[in-house]
Amino acid sequence: MPPAPVGATATRIKFERVNETMSQQQLQNSTSDLILADEKVKLTVNNLNLYYADARALNGINMIIPEKRVTAFIGPSGCGKSTLLRCFNRMNDLVDICRIEGEILMDGQNIYAPSVDVSELRRSVGMVFQKPNPFPKTIYENVAYGLRLQGVKDKRVLDEVVETSLKGAALWNEVKDRLHDNAFGLSGGQQQRLVIARAIAIEPEVLLLDEPASALDPISTLKIEELIYELKDRYTIVIVTHNMQQAARVSDYTAFMYMGDLIEFDATNKMFTNPSEQQTEDYITGRFG
Amino acid sequence: MRAWFKTGTPWIWLNAGAIALCLVMVIGVLGLILVQGGSHFWPGNLQTVQAKQLDGSEKLLLAELVRTEEVSAAVLKDSGVTLDAGQLVYPRHLLKVANRDMYGRDFAWFLDRDLANWQQPQDATVIERREWGHFFGFPQKLLERDQVVAEGAALWPELLTRITRANDIQDAISEIEKADIGRINNGLEQLRLERRKLELSGADAAQLSTYDQQAAQDRAELDAQYAELQQQLDALYADAKRDTLVMTSAEGTEISISLSNIVHAHQPNAMNLMQKLGHYGFAVWSFLSDDPREANTEGGIFPAIFGTVTMVILMSIIVTPFGVLAAIYLREYAKQGTVLKIIRISVYNLAGVPSIVYGVFGLGFFVYILGGNIDQLFYAESLPSPTFGTPGLFWASLTLALLTLPVVIVSTEEGLSRIPSTIRMGSLALGATKSETLWKVVVPLATPAMMTGLILAIARAAGEVAPLMLVGVVKLAPTLPVDGNFPFVHLDQKIMHLGFHVYDVGFQSPNVEASRPLLYATALVLVLLIVVLNMAAIQLRNKLREKYRSESD
Repeated sequence: MPPAPVGATATRIKFERVNETMSQQQLQNSTSDLILADEKVKLTVNNLNLYYADARALNGINMIIPEKRVTAFIGPSGCGKSTLLRCFNRMNDLVDICRIEGEILMDGQNIYAPSVDVSELRRSVGMVFQKPNPFPKTIYENVAYGLRLQGVKDKRVLDEVVETSLKGAALWNEVKDRLHDNAFGLSGGQQQRLVIARAIAIEPEVLLLDEPASALDPISTLKIEELIYELKDRYTIVIVTHNMQQAARVSDYTAFMYMGDLIEFDATNKMFTNPSEQQTEDYITGRFG
Repeated sequence: MRAWFKTGTPWIWLNAGAIALCLVMVIGVLGLILVQGGSHFWPGNLQTVQAKQLDGSEKLLLAELVRTEEVSAAVLKDSGVTLDAGQLVYPRHLLKVANRDMYGRDFAWFLDRDLANWQQPQDATVIERREWGHFFGFPQKLLERDQVVAEGAALWPELLTRITRANDIQDAISEIEKADIGRINNGLEQLRLERRKLELSGADAAQLSTYDQQAAQDRAELDAQYAELQQQLDALYADAKRDTLVMTSAEGTEISISLSNIVHAHQPNAMNLMQKLGHYGFAVWSFLSDDPREANTEGGIFPAIFGTVTMVILMSIIVTPFGVLAAIYLREYAKQGTVLKIIRISVYNLAGVPSIVYGVFGLGFFVYILGGNIDQLFYAESLPSPTFGTPGLFWASLTLALLTLPVVIVSTEEGLSRIPSTIRMGSLALGATKSETLWKVVVPLATPAMMTGLILAIARAAGEVAPLMLVGVVKLAPTLPVDGNFPFVHLDQKIMHLGFHVYDVGFQSPNVEASRPLLYATALVLVLLIVVLNMAAIQLRNKLREKYRSESD
């Protein structure tokens, strides 16, 4: 029998390592009894309605996003979870026909107040999209992009931030020798971590992840999930996902949305073991959606 | 049969046939100009031949056989030639006999039956003269100030060295005339203009006289320089006229040619293949690097190449930023709606406007209105002779930029619309404003598309002739638009252009047979130039594509 190829062994080891981490994380999730009322509030959504032209996409959403926790939005396609996510950094402003009523408070300030500088807001609320979208620049320039926008020119500062951000996104070891290569040369999973590094380089307070792993293979997905787990110590994370196992694995709190309504919002443990609403239970158990 | 149609094979044949037809046409066009233009430089052998002329007299000719064709008896009958009864077609030959100063024309047709006794004498010589075209004959002796210095076998090598010397002197003369005297004239003109400017600005007599005093010194210095140069020139001219070559034509007439009038001499019958190839290369190089002579029927086309390239580059510099900015506004900022649709359709349709219309517009608006006003405002001192109020390089480039603008706008818009929105989102989500996103991410990504637009624009602009005749291209421009005098690039100057040169040589030439090969050679150079310009742009685009390569393509 020929010896097993080295690559396969390495992959298997990696798998085991990832699984180990995941199980630790799940362990941590299950042991901590999180109660929403005890959390420090980062974002508050007050009676938020959103219309695309005349069609209402979000119906009177009221919720809070706890600070330095991972909050997952789940629900069937078209339920408004991505739309709600985009309200937090006002990406919906880019859609001409989109209209918003109600308010979202971040640390007590309404982000939809006329005095708010949208660019300023987006600097403190970073976002990662479904499909990796690195810029057509080098890896280094991708991460430094946000800082350069803010006018940072000092090479030492940039070098340092690029390194810490790439380390923060668990990408440093893979790319440290080719920082000045084009970012398109990276694999999909690496690109997505690069995008996360780019987002955390400007030190946001909130990180919005819009199905960050749905275009990735299982190993890359696990790496991203591992990364989310590490990042939540420093950032308030909101993640939209189609994958309920993923929501269960990575999030502290879960919101279930359906047809523009927030059906249920609670600690992930409770949501997945003992949901209050029949609709939630039906969705989680796979009876619809 | 039906089944065969169903397989789709006929379609494949149809498509392949279309491509084959395109290829045949392209190869045909290129082949024609390549053969016709390329053969012009080959040193053909000279032959002596006994020719019977129309009046029945015999004459010995030294000539190069250019081509042979068959002509029908009916045509010949009309021109009054007596013919044999049974023969329907007659072969006839076109001979280049040169010696325009003696025969009055360079080319002559002879019926094959009128020519006899073809021979190739080894010492038959082609003399390329600065005036009167080529001379075909036999060198007899070389004179230095009317003293014989070489004859017989020693003549040829001595002649070649002395021609080289004469050419060096000619180069020195044209260097002085063009560069040094040009500079002095420029200086004198500047002094005159400064004084005129002062007058126009309402300076009083006292100020003017102060200026005159200052200027007198400068002027005296320039005049002194000029006198010195003139002396040098006189000496050079005298020196150039030192040697004279005495030649005899085929029928034995003796003629003296000053070496200052000789560009080049060769003896094609005595050359072997390598020498002929060497001469071919030399002739091609002369064609590319020399100024035209004798109403563009002799010499080279360098000013036309230079003018074309300068104009196309200037056009690119104008059209690219202009078109890109317009496209960005249309695609990124303008409110999409009916008005924009109308604007867009109008822009797209501009590409279909006949180019001569642009020429008329350029002349009416750019040259007369814009140029006229620029002259009034900034060049008042040189009026009434216009500076920008007359066709010139800048207006030609601007007109072509206008002509090619739609192409650049359309391709840039196309490029912008292909940039995935996720990339814009990514930038915006990092706190970039719309304009930051545009200039740092979107526009760089769209540069290959812009280059595509530019490539199309260059291809169109380099080949355009009609509008240029109205806005700045002339038959013969004595000086290049770029020289050593401030401001180095003279946008107001008229230029020569390869496309116009083709038209001029082909249809305005006094000497049709002589210029025909030049026509093809010029066309060949024009095609090659466009290819080179396009290749350069395509290379650049490929580099950019590589740089901004994204996963999607």
